[in-house]
Amino acid sequence: MAQETKTVVLEGSRAVAEAVRLCRPDVIAAYPITPQTHIVENLSQMVADGLLKAENIRVESEHSAASAVLGASATGARAYTATTSQGFLLMIEVLYNMAGLRLPVVLTVANRGISAPLTIHNDIQDSLVARDTGFVQLYAEDNQEALDMHIQAFKIAEDYRVSLPVLIGMDGFILTHSFEPVVLPTQDEVDAFLPSYKPIFYLTTKAPLTMGTKTDPEFYTEARYMLHKAQQNAKRVIVEVARDFKDKFGRFSGDLLETYNAEDADIIFVSIGSLVSSLRAIAKELREKGEKVGVLKVRTFRPFPQKEIVEALSRAKLVIVMEKDASLGSTGVLAQEIRAAFYGNSPVPRLSGFVVGLGGRDVTRETVLKALQLAKESDHDCTFLDLNPELLEEV
Amino acid sequence: MKIPLGGVAAPGSSRLNKTGGWRVFYPEFLHLRCTDCGLCHKLCPEGCIFKADKKNYYADLDYCKGCGICAEECPVDDIEMRPEVR
Amino acid sequence: MFQIGISQPYNNNLFAPGHTACAGCGQSLAARLVLNALGPNVIVATATGCLEVFSSNFPQSSWEVPWIHSLFENASAVASGIEAALKVLGREDEAIVIAQGGDGGFADIGFGALSGAVERGHNILFIVYDNEAYMNTGVQRSGLTPFDASTTTSPAGKCSYGNPTDKKPLAQIVAAHGAPYAAVTSVGYYRDLEKKVQKAASIKGPKFLQIHVPCPLGWGHDTSLTIKVARLAVQTGLYPLFEMENGEITSVVKIVPKPRPVEEYLKLQRRFRHLFRPGAEGELKKIQDIANENIRKFKLYEG
Repeated sequence: MAQETKTVVLEGSRAVAEAVRLCRPDVIAAYPITPQTHIVENLSQMVADGLLKAENIRVESEHSAASAVLGASATGARAYTATTSQGFLLMIEVLYNMAGLRLPVVLTVANRGISAPLTIHNDIQDSLVARDTGFVQLYAEDNQEALDMHIQAFKIAEDYRVSLPVLIGMDGFILTHSFEPVVLPTQDEVDAFLPSYKPIFYLTTKAPLTMGTKTDPEFYTEARYMLHKAQQNAKRVIVEVARDFKDKFGRFSGDLLETYNAEDADIIFVSIGSLVSSLRAIAKELREKGEKVGVLKVRTFRPFPQKEIVEALSRAKLVIVMEKDASLGSTGVLAQEIRAAFYGNSPVPRLSGFVVGLGGRDVTRETVLKALQLAKESDHDCTFLDLNPELLEEV
Repeated sequence: MKIPLGGVAAPGSSRLNKTGGWRVFYPEFLHLRCTDCGLCHKLCPEGCIFKADKKNYYADLDYCKGCGICAEECPVDDIEMRPEVR
Repeated sequence: MFQIGISQPYNNNLFAPGHTACAGCGQSLAARLVLNALGPNVIVATATGCLEVFSSNFPQSSWEVPWIHSLFENASAVASGIEAALKVLGREDEAIVIAQGGDGGFADIGFGALSGAVERGHNILFIVYDNEAYMNTGVQRSGLTPFDASTTTSPAGKCSYGNPTDKKPLAQIVAAHGAPYAAVTSVGYYRDLEKKVQKAASIKGPKFLQIHVPCPLGWGHDTSLTIKVARLAVQTGLYPLFEMENGEITSVVKIVPKPRPVEEYLKLQRRFRHLFRPGAEGELKKIQDIANENIRKFKLYEG
């Protein structure tokens, strides 16, 4: 049935739900948790109205949600789930399992901070916890990107060279609950881009097999190495899929990185997610004042595009990493990985890592300018910006 | 042998593991009083007791672990456990 | 010789030998009987435990049917996903979905998932192999460990007679969810087991079967006595076998000719050995009371 590609103003959650619907998932299982609830509610309504022919399993916990989609994917069905924060942490065990069993499930994480103290607001601490699981991790800057990335995610996951589950991080409330105009593809367009799921191994009485075996030391390392290789393959596949998407839909909203005015920049801000939009505006303002400032958006966090990031940043004199997370006891995660990527390179730009926006705290223009000033003065390992000294107890 | 995607294993492939080496006792089927009840065949945890023909059962010593359930459950005591001699 | 999908079952068994279960393992026997009773058209999700560990050691597998092991507590949830996938893909008639596991996977760590799956009304057959402890990790106490049993985390000692609580009534809890069928059987009564398996498989909706399986290693009895011990558990009244359909008890396995004293069952097992030391007679009486109460409640013996 031909429809028109249309531009509509949609809530981020609704945009994601529409994207998932267009990808024709067979089984959806999700446990509600703020701020992912609207995604799940929208999908439930679509199923109830017959717009989406899928089984909607109303599970009793996130662990069971991930397990149910694991079982569905293992049986040959395309499966999807969404969660955040505490729920995401609860299903971490299952995520490792999914990756190890090579099941191409797509998972949306409506990024939210982690308890304690309890917060329902945005930061990206949650999904970064899963960086060792073997999941491919993509992050969206705005609702259009979130929509587009979900369609690409299924294709990346189900590619035989990858066969890994994919997670898409989108900032909770900031993206999930904000209304933006998005271009909604038609069902035909998505069908042409994303063929139906054809697994190599799946549970069927026509070809019995045993999944989820126990391994002795003589096999385990090789199995994990193959996951590692699949992550390397994913780098190529992500780029291919993004190009394919551009051809078919006209938008380049995928790939490993995106740069803004970074080719000749002396100073480059690096970030993940919706924060990039703010950084871009400020970078533009600073350019007009004569400073050569650029922005690097890390779209794909796993597999970590080491080579590409070094290439994008190596000509700069100063790199400022602004991230909404901190690996407590060490530094921000993104800063860590970028520093490690530069090891052994020459020349190496000065790098400062700043922790901002935890628990939904607004990252203002003043914050960013402060970061710029501090980074120019000296190198910062992991500096928390915007601290209110009146609230701090002496430790 | 390459590890297949996800570490899947082929059905029934455990047969390659001949657990008969575990035995300390083996079952001797006397074939004197057998009533063909089939209990030994039914109750063997390995499922390795075969029926050759009527009242003629035997254990596949490749897999028999020598647990002794067949001897214990035989209603007419037609199976005896003998020490394994190696 | 072995490829995905190609295998001539050994001796018509859908559970092949060569698995590394202990000699005389009640659970391996029960698994074989269950699979043979169900036939090849099943898809099985198994929880971590003895059964999974001894039957799926890469690259070998004892399962002649499509089988998946995910994690410890999610067999019921994985089975929910499998059942939903079959429904959506139009493959509902292809297979019966089985979720199986032991004490941990269903009574304790997997209890939430079991409860959720039963409440949602999935068309799944849940099978619990009740060997009364966490045997795979070394005989630790579980929610299904009976009163005064000695396990490694509830050992009998100078200040303790073993496990201080009685078994979790798992079948009744599942029946209280509104499951159409919840039954208890024992590997010592193989005909009852096969009958209940086949009856459960024929019902639509969530059905539950708990199978008592002695563990020679964990319980401390000779490997040849597995069936005898299982039968004694039933004949003393300590392990009533019954069926509950739509919340009502519809059948019990009566004790014939008459109930045996609990000592006959307990003295065969090392895990109850401490109950026979001087001063423990009060404990034996408590256990006999449990048995008597079961006999009364389930009407296992009249007269």
